[in-house]
Amino acid sequence: MSDSFTLDGRAIPCAPGQSILQAASAAGVFIPHLCFHPEFRPQGSCKLCTVRASGRLGSACTLPATPGLSVESDTAELNARRRVLLQLLFVEGNHFCPACEKSGDCLLQATAYALKILTPEFVQFYPHRAVDASHPDILLDMNRCILCGLCVEASHRADGKDVFALAGRGLHSHIVVNSASGRLGDSTLTATDRAAHICPVGAILPKRQGFHTPIGERKYDHKTVAEQEIAGESE
Amino acid sequence: MTESPHASTLSAILAHHPATPQALLQILNGIQSHYGHLPATALDALASHLQMPRSQVDAVAAFYAFLDLEPRGEYHLLFADNIIEQMQGSTALLDQLCRELWIEPGKVSEDGLVSVGLTSCIGMGDQGPALLVNQRPLTRLTALRIAEIACRIRDRVPLESWPQEWFAVTDTIQRRDWLLSAPPQPGQALVAVLARDADASLAELRRSGLRGRGGAGYPTADKWAYCRAATGAAHYVVCNADEGEPGTFKDRFLLSHHADLVFEGMTACARLIGAHQGFLYLRGEYRYLSGYLQDVLERRRKQGWLGRNILGCAGFDFDIEIHLGAGAYVCGEESALLESLEGRRGIPRIRPPFPVQRGYLGQPTVINNVETFALACKIMQEGGAAFAACGTAESRGTRLHSVSGDCARPGIYEYPYGVTIAEVLRDCGADDAQAVQVGGPSGVCVAAVEFDRRLAFEDVPTAGAFMVFDHSRDLFEVARNFSHFFAHESCGFCTPCRVGTSLLRDLMDKLHQGLGSATDLAQIEQLDAVLRDTSHCGLGHSACNPVLDTLAKFRPAYQARLAHHDFAPAFDLDAALNAARQLTGRDDAAAHLEQQP
Repeated sequence: MSDSFTLDGRAIPCAPGQSILQAASAAGVFIPHLCFHPEFRPQGSCKLCTVRASGRLGSACTLPATPGLSVESDTAELNARRRVLLQLLFVEGNHFCPACEKSGDCLLQATAYALKILTPEFVQFYPHRAVDASHPDILLDMNRCILCGLCVEASHRADGKDVFALAGRGLHSHIVVNSASGRLGDSTLTATDRAAHICPVGAILPKRQGFHTPIGERKYDHKTVAEQEIAGESE
Repeated sequence: MTESPHASTLSAILAHHPATPQALLQILNGIQSHYGHLPATALDALASHLQMPRSQVDAVAAFYAFLDLEPRGEYHLLFADNIIEQMQGSTALLDQLCRELWIEPGKVSEDGLVSVGLTSCIGMGDQGPALLVNQRPLTRLTALRIAEIACRIRDRVPLESWPQEWFAVTDTIQRRDWLLSAPPQPGQALVAVLARDADASLAELRRSGLRGRGGAGYPTADKWAYCRAATGAAHYVVCNADEGEPGTFKDRFLLSHHADLVFEGMTACARLIGAHQGFLYLRGEYRYLSGYLQDVLERRRKQGWLGRNILGCAGFDFDIEIHLGAGAYVCGEESALLESLEGRRGIPRIRPPFPVQRGYLGQPTVINNVETFALACKIMQEGGAAFAACGTAESRGTRLHSVSGDCARPGIYEYPYGVTIAEVLRDCGADDAQAVQVGGPSGVCVAAVEFDRRLAFEDVPTAGAFMVFDHSRDLFEVARNFSHFFAHESCGFCTPCRVGTSLLRDLMDKLHQGLGSATDLAQIEQLDAVLRDTSHCGLGHSACNPVLDTLAKFRPAYQARLAHHDFAPAFDLDAALNAARQLTGRDDAAAHLEQQP
């Protein structure tokens, strides 16, 4: 029999080098996450995938899937923490779902619905953030950025370009664009780059495609984030 | 292509550093100190020199508090804003200075002459209020001194011509014990290490029971032995002199008076783990010490205690470089320090692997606190038995405490582990103590009923800070100060700490303004839980400690601030009109609104 660990009481096969999140996904079990993407190395920053592995709390995307571990994920306590983390992300940026092109295709929105968040709880920061429309094909709207860092990873690893970087500190952390002017239009990003399509929220959007897929027929309109993510990752 | 206007200045700065990504922060520090900020054209030139994306240079530049992308005043003054300095009257002094210079805090005067702001603790709690002017400390500030400073700034007197005693940093050793009563003569520990084989030296270290003094208390002998056993192209020794925990200044004292012990401890470690390169990561606030420390290193090279074939021993090659931080508390976390040492933003790494396996440049690395290396030096010289004989079962030896706050005799105290808080309070002349914050904001707030507790890993662990609060102090305000500190110092990597520390700060401010309610306390508890359980590193885990501790032990201080039982909005109608009042110059009754209950 192959190596395995338990996740919420269920046996999950695992192989050396796999993280708990990877092994769980491969076995068809969903652990909520935002900054993890199967094509890129894990970052462990959004903390939504926090699990309790044999008593110790940690990110499922970076904790190695060690045989014999006893992992808890879908518990009342951990889901309560996840709800607060999602609330924090909504507070930090300016997320107006009804007016956002990404609505229905947004991982943040879908995850929030899945965890039954319907109203804001904390006081909004309403930060002043820029919209950069200088690129002919791509819109950059920092209001919706959740600092997952996937565009940085994709540009570096898939495109070999380093168009994006995470800069600053604390609440002033932000994405910067690699060009002398700091504007996207002066960078080397092209519409076919992986980095132009990796954003899980509506911060990096292709122009002129906002409503090609009507509301009601979008990614998360008929399937939950769990169904969609598991289907997507086993494709 | 035209030559960059900064070419000659930049090449002079670059001449001091290798053109590697690891040098980025050091070069940025050099540019900052030359221009007083980081001009965009210099950053362009730097990016092309290091062959790295400009965005990466920007990313690092925007991370560190002492690097400015916009020009600041020719005289740039930053008041230390720890609770201790606030208790010493720093807020009134800052207001006075701003008034005398006709400026607003955080803004540069219109003629570009001066800017005044706040910074986290600068390690001068025993001689505050204090500030940094162009990164040089001014201590023991008074209203009179502030007036004299304002005068000199208006007259554009260069800092070199200010009375040099204003810059004096004095160290008061109030109690000496095993280390400070008989520190070894420089060179002796190296002789002892060369007289034994490595296993015998590690055995002495193990016998001593020494545990790391940075806070976590990891057994030093284990750390060095693991690193020695780890395979890698090179091994490194790093001394963590990023003494950022507010209220701590014992490393400042050690570096000022016993730098030889620290460097010799590092050199002994290098011998045992097989390292040829070491780094002292010095916090930017202690930049004023770097010249002196360079001189000590140079002297040690001349004496044959650093460099090639140390003490004539063939193949014992080791040298130490000083790396300067730039205002980031999080770099005291060892993996964030390594990131910073490699020239990046100080974001803590995912662990494991630990630095002993993969540290600096991915190679096995020992990182220890300043005090740990100083103690290890003496243990190497005299063996581990005497050290192990003092202290407690779990906490051998002595440790240094930085005592400040409401007491007659602030300063440096060396005690064996196991001393009670009451004993320290008696010795430092704190007759009316209400509480002590042990180990800084990330440590423990100890109330009077617990003063018989012992300072030791098995009871109240400490990273060296001991801040005393008498009965005139409001412990809610202490916790609120610390919540501001954590929000300012969060690195921003993980969601809970990046957003949670700021929300916690805002909620504490809301209570402070008398707008608190039971809902706010419930939210504070929710944030505490998410910080504790889901943060990426120790900063986030401990960011809730001050609030949790004071809520548990001084709850009436919170309760007194609850204006309403259920809910009160954070939005203050009257305060929102402030901008309009300022613009119109009005302050009459009709220009105010009353908050509806």
